[in-house]
Amino acid sequence: MPLCKRVIPCLDVDAGRVVKGTSFRNLRDAGDPVELAVRYSEDCADEIVLLDITASTEGRSTIIEVVRRVAEVLDIPFTVGGGIRTKDEAWSVLLNGADKVSLNTAAIQNPQLITEISKNFGDQCVVLAIDAKREIRSGRVIHSVYSHSGTKHTGLDAVQWAKRGEALGAGEILLTSIDMDGTGLGYDLELLRRVSSEVNVPVIASGGVGELKHMYEAITIGGADAVLAASIFHYGKYSVRDVKYYLKERGIGVRL
Amino acid sequence: MRVAVVNYGVGNIFSVTSALKRLGVEVEVVAKLDPKSYDAIVLPGVGNFEAGSKALSERGLRGAIIEAINAGVPVLGICLGMQLMLESSEEGEGEGLGVVKGRVVRLRVPGKLPHMGWNSLSLVRWSEFLDGLGDQEWAYFVHSYYPSPDDREVVLCETEYFIRFPSVLGFKGLYGTQFHPEKSGETGRKLLRNFIYKCVRR
Repeated sequence: MPLCKRVIPCLDVDAGRVVKGTSFRNLRDAGDPVELAVRYSEDCADEIVLLDITASTEGRSTIIEVVRRVAEVLDIPFTVGGGIRTKDEAWSVLLNGADKVSLNTAAIQNPQLITEISKNFGDQCVVLAIDAKREIRSGRVIHSVYSHSGTKHTGLDAVQWAKRGEALGAGEILLTSIDMDGTGLGYDLELLRRVSSEVNVPVIASGGVGELKHMYEAITIGGADAVLAASIFHYGKYSVRDVKYYLKERGIGVRL
Repeated sequence: MRVAVVNYGVGNIFSVTSALKRLGVEVEVVAKLDPKSYDAIVLPGVGNFEAGSKALSERGLRGAIIEAINAGVPVLGICLGMQLMLESSEEGEGEGLGVVKGRVVRLRVPGKLPHMGWNSLSLVRWSEFLDGLGDQEWAYFVHSYYPSPDDREVVLCETEYFIRFPSVLGFKGLYGTQFHPEKSGETGRKLLRNFIYKCVRR
């Protein structure tokens, strides 16, 4: 009855190629986005996320051409993020075949953008992407939100920002731990748990996965509705099906 | 084989057009419809029933679609496109095409809306549209309303999201899916292939 948990490969795209780095740096080439998207779809991926990771820093616009090429061949839903700053840019991404747009820096700078897009095209197509990093503030650990591909401290608290994003009309939260991203040591379960217990929209776990059990923990301990990964898939450590069989054997509903 | 994808200004039609092209048919995206010049018609759509109903009237598509149906041209409605085949909707004002008797009602469930994600199809009644489909295959849904036809004979599949609701309709050359076959992987490929190669008589 409840919807199944989703497994989502993420393609970080730079200049039309899929790349993946450690903590957003040291990028290594991992392939063609169209090729990879289809490969993952055939491997039972529930969704694909396409992030133009350099867009905010360098001020580039979104990768409409890649979006279009992916949409021509892909028959599962996909989300596009990176550099979407206006309602019109969101519309253009959606018109070219994407199902959802993911907002990060632009939503921090202009929170009303979330509302504008969700009012026009529906809550279901707005994903609020939050990059968070642990920080000690007044003697306790909090998760602080960073913008501009994880480079700029914003002063926002991840839990508060997620709640506000939901109230503004975000249909989903894509939650990335900057600390864990690229380490392979597991998602930040504390961050996940704190956010997922405070919002009613689905939370996608991102950043740090290295083992199958990390995904299981993100769902069971972190309360995530979906798990996202990049390098473990790109470099062939696990297939999407490996993840799903692992989860299914442990009683988690997945689409197989 | 020429398939018209009706563009009445609601939502993304690029994906559905691409999915049909992959089946090797000639696809034309049309804003005006010449009822008799196509082998099949696809009515896509994401969005609000009232806006969709209004758009069909304003663009003069209402009469053309009904004429095509009367002439025996198979029609596939997807999501809002399927809901518009019914008479009315709780979502808003405006008339549907009324080619399926009944109305579109809101999912009154204790879960999150829209019902968004992968859910499974329970086969209710055989049709060539469902040929090769197993029970409980997965399909991708994004909606808050569902069709409630008066005649339950037209319900081909149901889906459970706290309640059971009709997720595939079909009769006399008219087919409709509440989910998005163009986003439903293998299941969607089978249904679109069936629509083109089994439901369309040449």
